Amino acid sequence: MSDFVLEGRDLTKHFTAARGGRWGRRPPVRAVDDVSLGLRAGTVTALVGESGCGKSTVARLLAQVYPATSGEVLLHGEPVKAHRGAAFRAYRRQVQLIFQDPFASLNPFHRVRYHLARPLRIHGHVRSDADEQEQVAELLERVSLTPVEQFMDKMPHELSGGQRQRVAIARALAVQPVALIADEPVSMLDVSIRLGVLRLLEKLADESGLALLYITHDIASARYFAQDITVMYAGRLIESGEAEALTQSPAHPYTRLLLESAPDPDRVTAPETVRLGEPPSLIDPPSGCRFHPRCPLVMPVCSERVPERTSLGEGRWTHCWAAAHPS
Amino acid sequence: MKIKAGVAILAFFTLMAIAGPLLIGADPAATSNDGLQGPSSAHWLGTTQTGQDILVQIVYGARVSMGVGVLSAVIATLLAVAVGLVGGYFGGAIDETFSVLTNIFLVLPSLPLIIVLAGYLPQRGVASVAVVIAVTGWAWGARVLRAQTLSVRRRDFVEAARASGERPLRIIFFEILPVLLPVIATSFLATVVGAILAEAGLSFLGLADLSTVSWGSMLYFAQNGQALLIGAWWWFIPPGLCIALIGTGLALVNFGIDEIANPRLRTIKVRKARA
Ligand SMILES: Nc1ncnc2c1ncn2[C@@H]1O[C@H](COP(=O)(O)OP(=O)(O)OP(=O)(O)O)[C@@H](O)[C@H]1O
Ligand code: SF4
Ligand SMILES: [Mg+2]
Repeated sequence: MSDFVLEGRDLTKHFTAARGGRWGRRPPVRAVDDVSLGLRAGTVTALVGESGCGKSTVARLLAQVYPATSGEVLLHGEPVKAHRGAAFRAYRRQVQLIFQDPFASLNPFHRVRYHLARPLRIHGHVRSDADEQEQVAELLERVSLTPVEQFMDKMPHELSGGQRQRVAIARALAVQPVALIADEPVSMLDVSIRLGVLRLLEKLADESGLALLYITHDIASARYFAQDITVMYAGRLIESGEAEALTQSPAHPYTRLLLESAPDPDRVTAPETVRLGEPPSLIDPPSGCRFHPRCPLVMPVCSERVPERTSLGEGRWTHCWAAAHPS
Repeated sequence: MKIKAGVAILAFFTLMAIAGPLLIGADPAATSNDGLQGPSSAHWLGTTQTGQDILVQIVYGARVSMGVGVLSAVIATLLAVAVGLVGGYFGGAIDETFSVLTNIFLVLPSLPLIIVLAGYLPQRGVASVAVVIAVTGWAWGARVLRAQTLSVRRRDFVEAARASGERPLRIIFFEILPVLLPVIATSFLATVVGAILAEAGLSFLGLADLSTVSWGSMLYFAQNGQALLIGAWWWFIPPGLCIALIGTGLALVNFGIDEIANPRLRTIKVRKARA
């Protein structure tokens, strides 16, 4: 029924602290609640939200790094549970991850060649040493690290942040996955080179039909770069839709707030200072709509009941009482 | 600087252990009629009660002492790496079992244990003494390596390797082990010192093979011949000094490794160089 390559349905993740608090058990951290998200082949989907709202947790759930408290992950429409052993490695062949910090994600003791050759070997994509050499070169070329002979034998510490991130992207590509999850892939990079890396990801998704999840706190970059945007707030999804439409006419007050506070190159006048306020605690989140303590449109119902999903047509939807009962 | 001095000392003794006996060619156990002579042109470091040449004994003893030290450090380090890295990486029941084992060997006082084990040895050759010392000496290294593994396994590049589809043992030995090499080297060198001391202690107590000449057995015979009382300082000072020097050399190298491996110390140096 769905054309999703990778899909999360009603994903919920509550972390319980390992050690007991003062009264024995600590309350759980409700990092992610009821998150449903689908990735299509050849499409960039953005997941946007401020720091600590649970974006990385969603990424790890989709990547099966740890099991969900409830809900399921579907690959090509089939539910998967592959957290360890051979099943996990088989899942890795389909779904790859790119980490936020390119200075930490490459082993300081291995050359670029090693980082790219290993996944090729593990997943049986190479037959011989000559073949390996050729494919490593091809990967480097795809991520524009040329001349390839020069980059192949470099150590990570000889590369810039942007170059490292390109190596990390090439490593993920070496596996030949169907879906790629990029968790804030450019937030640790110099502003001047972010665009280049994003363009590369876009090109790759387009060329090889990858389903790409782009996780970011920067809605402006999501607007530029993704076809679909889903906005998250305090562990819950609040709005989703086609990127241009969503950013042009946001339905949820929080999305509006995000857009107003985002630096926008098209805007001539300086943005009025918007106070985003403190994100709420995920241990004891606000009742009902989690945004209600900060919402300018708050109504009595907002603190009582979690808003249902309201469809806005053309694949757009939001969770907001104001949208459900327009006055 | 420190590391250079340390390496120089170690190189000197290693050379002595390997090439010394070939150069000298004399039999360290050969007795002569010149008993208890002080240093002279005939015997540079003097002789023992039975007229054995001390210099010849020191040179041959270097081979045994350092051989035991290195051999038992190799065995102990292999044990420590296997137990520390595997336990630390996998966690759970494996780790708990390994930790209990490590702690048992940590709390057992090692010299008495070595003495007891050495007492049961069918033959007290150099190799079996080395094994006994290794068995009692790996636990400290295993504990340090386990703690280090616990922190390294959380690093992104380990998670990335797992994400690439690497198997656990490959991750342990190809991703984590290289990062821990400075720690392993440090613990290896410390174990060499410990093992040389333990061997000397065993020989001094007469529990090792006394027919082979080692620095420890030299001290044993010096003690037996009451060298201290009769003022034959040339008999016990050279072996004692050799042991102390090797300890100093290894410590200096360890400081040096620390400086190279500790990124903070390194960046300070880089900054200084830039300024
Ligand atoms: N393993 C864990 N154990 C306990 N709490 C966790 C764990 N991982 C994440 N959390 C908590 O879950 C919440 C969401 O974390 P997450 O890393 O998913 O946020 P994020 O949106 O990725 O933030 P950032 O933008 O800072 O990366 C945070 O409050 C965090 O403290
Ligand atoms: S549900 Fe209520 S509080 Fe939440 S965003 Fe909508 S109007 Fe604001
Ligand atoms: Mg994150």
